[in-house]
Amino acid sequence: MNYKVNFEVEKDDFEKAGEASRKIKKTLKQLGVDNKTIRHIAIAGYEGEMNLAIHSDGGEIILEVSSEKINLTIQDVGPGIPDLDLAMTEGYSTASDKVREMGFGAGMGLPNMEKNADFFEIHSKVGKGTKIQMSFNLK
Amino acid sequence: MKLNQVQRLLSAAVLTGENHLEDEVHTACGCDLMSDVLRFAKEDGIMLTGLVNKQVINTADMANMHSIIFVRGKKPGQELIDLAKDIDMLIMTTKTPMFESCGILYANGLKGAKPKNEL
Repeated sequence: MNYKVNFEVEKDDFEKAGEASRKIKKTLKQLGVDNKTIRHIAIAGYEGEMNLAIHSDGGEIILEVSSEKINLTIQDVGPGIPDLDLAMTEGYSTASDKVREMGFGAGMGLPNMEKNADFFEIHSKVGKGTKIQMSFNLK
Repeated sequence: MKLNQVQRLLSAAVLTGENHLEDEVHTACGCDLMSDVLRFAKEDGIMLTGLVNKQVINTADMANMHSIIFVRGKKPGQELIDLAKDIDMLIMTTKTPMFESCGILYANGLKGAKPKNEL
């Protein structure tokens, strides 16, 4: 990898949520990545960042850039997802009313991340945490 | 349609981003559910919403939507206006309700975001 940077995301911090994704978008623009790919990464990254703020006990987003692809890793320190198949189902969400009032929690985040990425893999263990790895091919 | 025509049709007030009023726009998305915007909205379209919080600005930014119209007389605070200004986004507010705003724009030629054309 030619470039690597990570961003911490805190639980329930909806004032700062979105800042990491904005920095990622800005970085990719500066690196000359095409707009369509940036949009896919920005949307998937932002969905992941909101998920960290909404559902996790805190975590981080790691951006890795090479000449062939861009990797985005979203990992947290818990609480983990008990049923991954259910979590990946469009429309299923455990988000609070407060989160829904902000316009989120529709059960679209994880499926939308998968749709935007060229490669998507999620692992989760209750009590340990969740790790999502996404790749985006550069044209 | 140019954004200044959108402004006239909805009698909207510009809060920031006046430099974009000459920009052309072809689609719009009327939505209070940001998850749907991230899933279905087209880039460069207008977002019409009655929801006012920082994540609305962030959602539009990530989806490459450069203009937001707050309907039903909703008006964001200065912090949100400053954020929109920083990322060069056009923000307007109109007293026209959501259904009526969308109807006026659709009747004048703006199209919606069909799911089959997503991403």
